[in-house]
Amino acid sequence: MAVSTPPPVRVWEHNFAIYKQVWASNVMASVIRPLMYVLGMGIGVGGLVDGGPRSGEVLDGLTYFQFFGPSMIATSAMMVLVNDALWPIHGGFKWHRVFFSQAATPITPGEIVTGVALWHFTKGLLASAGVGLVLALFPSIRSWGLLAAVLFGALTGLAFAAPITAWSAWREDTTSFPNINRFVIVPMFLFSGAFYPISQLPVWLQWFSRFTPVWHGVELGRGAVYGLLSFGQVVGHVAYLLLWCAVGMLLSRRVFADRLGN
Amino acid sequence: MSSGPCHLSNTGDDTVIRARKLTKHFGDFEAVKGIDFEVRAGEAFGFLGPNGAGKSSTMRMIGAVSPVSSGELRIFGLDPVTDGRAIRARLGVVPQMDELDELLRVKENLVIYGRYFDIPLAQCKAKADELLDFVQLGDRADGKIRELSGGMKRRVTIARSLMSDPDILLLDEPTTGLDPQARHVLWDRLYRLKSQGVTLVLTTHYMDEAEQLCDRLVVMDHGQIVAEGSPAELIRTHSPREVLELRFVDPDNPGGPGAEINKAMSEKLDGVGARQEVLPDRILIYAENGEEALSEVHRREIEPETAMVRRSTLEDVFLRLTGRTLVD
Ligand SMILES: Nc1ncnc2c1ncn2[C@@H]1O[C@H](COP(=O)(O)OP(=O)(O)OP(=O)(O)O)[C@@H](O)[C@H]1O
Ligand SMILES: [Mg+2]
Repeated sequence: MAVSTPPPVRVWEHNFAIYKQVWASNVMASVIRPLMYVLGMGIGVGGLVDGGPRSGEVLDGLTYFQFFGPSMIATSAMMVLVNDALWPIHGGFKWHRVFFSQAATPITPGEIVTGVALWHFTKGLLASAGVGLVLALFPSIRSWGLLAAVLFGALTGLAFAAPITAWSAWREDTTSFPNINRFVIVPMFLFSGAFYPISQLPVWLQWFSRFTPVWHGVELGRGAVYGLLSFGQVVGHVAYLLLWCAVGMLLSRRVFADRLGN
Repeated sequence: MSSGPCHLSNTGDDTVIRARKLTKHFGDFEAVKGIDFEVRAGEAFGFLGPNGAGKSSTMRMIGAVSPVSSGELRIFGLDPVTDGRAIRARLGVVPQMDELDELLRVKENLVIYGRYFDIPLAQCKAKADELLDFVQLGDRADGKIRELSGGMKRRVTIARSLMSDPDILLLDEPTTGLDPQARHVLWDRLYRLKSQGVTLVLTTHYMDEAEQLCDRLVVMDHGQIVAEGSPAELIRTHSPREVLELRFVDPDNPGGPGAEINKAMSEKLDGVGARQEVLPDRILIYAENGEEALSEVHRREIEPETAMVRRSTLEDVFLRLTGRTLVD
């Protein structure tokens, strides 16, 4: 008898089988998109900002290019996973019904949720690694810290994917989905501290930034690459992201169990 | 066997599914109202009933995915509440709606499904080839799901359900929406499975399907079982052997509905055969001998537009039990 595979990994295998068919276009997107951002923002805006009156003081002594580049890791993972957690999850209940297929086998709804999270984390790793590879092309950013930043990026992605999975599993239709991107994700992206330090914002907006998982991911990514964070700060940011993952997965478990077992 | 009224255990007999006062609520609505039935190893057991009768709700409880609201259910002697995983590992499920993954090829659908049961990958691949041949779709292994006809998808779904070599196969309306030829292909495959010892539990709207496939069946209506037995027993018990079908045309309203004329004719036909059933478009006369009943109709100088004698079927049993036709 072969070694048994944990049930969540079997759910992961289903997603991987689908991904294998589209990996080429996915990989292209996860490399080309950050490349455009890094060049467009990092070099374009950087040319205007660097050497400005306060740039040395607010950018932690980094050039704008160095400041902006690593933040793309967490924001890209977020962007990719928000969409992965919306339509495909909803479709698993409403269209192709893959979750019902899985629930008819020895796999339980809770294990399906874990398997989905495992897959989302994998997609987060792939998206983050794409950015990491692009950044490693530039000597001013290249560092071993990029490896840790990729890991933190995937965690940031899951901190979004887990609660959004619960949402899209719970909704009866997809009318709210475009608005999640428009009114939730885009503001988080803009105030994430990716483009400028949040110290530039009014205090109440700084609190909004601190509330969003993506700011923590951005801080972790940049911190990992340039060694800017204390151990305690790293633990704090990671714990906050894990909290979002845990809450999201617990909510997902409830919704999945309700939908699959009634 | 000597089981108490509410206590079941895995004893030596060959009962694989046993339900006692099995009930399913959705909120205030009672979809399955305390039904009792037993399925024995190796038999083909059917749930026959119209839309909303509670067939799928019952199947999903047997499938150990939908919790029992009250009553008792044992599958392989196991309780789905505590042993759901072990039960599902031994079931093959063909849901009412196909749930094939259009993003995967035909064979991949089977392979991935086999992996859910933790069957090693190489074994899944070999099994998938074997089963696609079994359902005569070996040439479609690398085809897209989207390019299959409804009947082919149904066959893929059946092949998929067999990946784990199940002891019981649950088929929820296996042939609904298929053309007659596709249905016969499916029936043939199901016969073969049964002869290999697989227990079949199926639901259907179709009388001929129930008569063809089922050793025993229960007729369900509004969440209750209204009759139970083999197809032949049910027909023997609930319906005379033959049916005379008469159609009349209203001379005053030749294209219109026949309700008026049928009502008038029904009175004239009183006493012909054992019993009559007036439907909107025809009158059914139940009789041991349909030809004799027809002679009696002619003797009374009643002139139907068409007259046909046929053997009575489960459809007639259903009409008798519920006062309604099964498929409009
Ligand atoms: N998840 C659900 N929530 C609420 N009501 C439900 C649910 N599932 C089924 N019902 C109701 O329970 C009743 C029985 O449904 P069920 O699907 O078991 O019938 P069925 O015999 O399979 O019918 P059909 O032949 O149309 O498939 C119906 O009235 C249906 O509306
Ligand atoms: Mg049904």
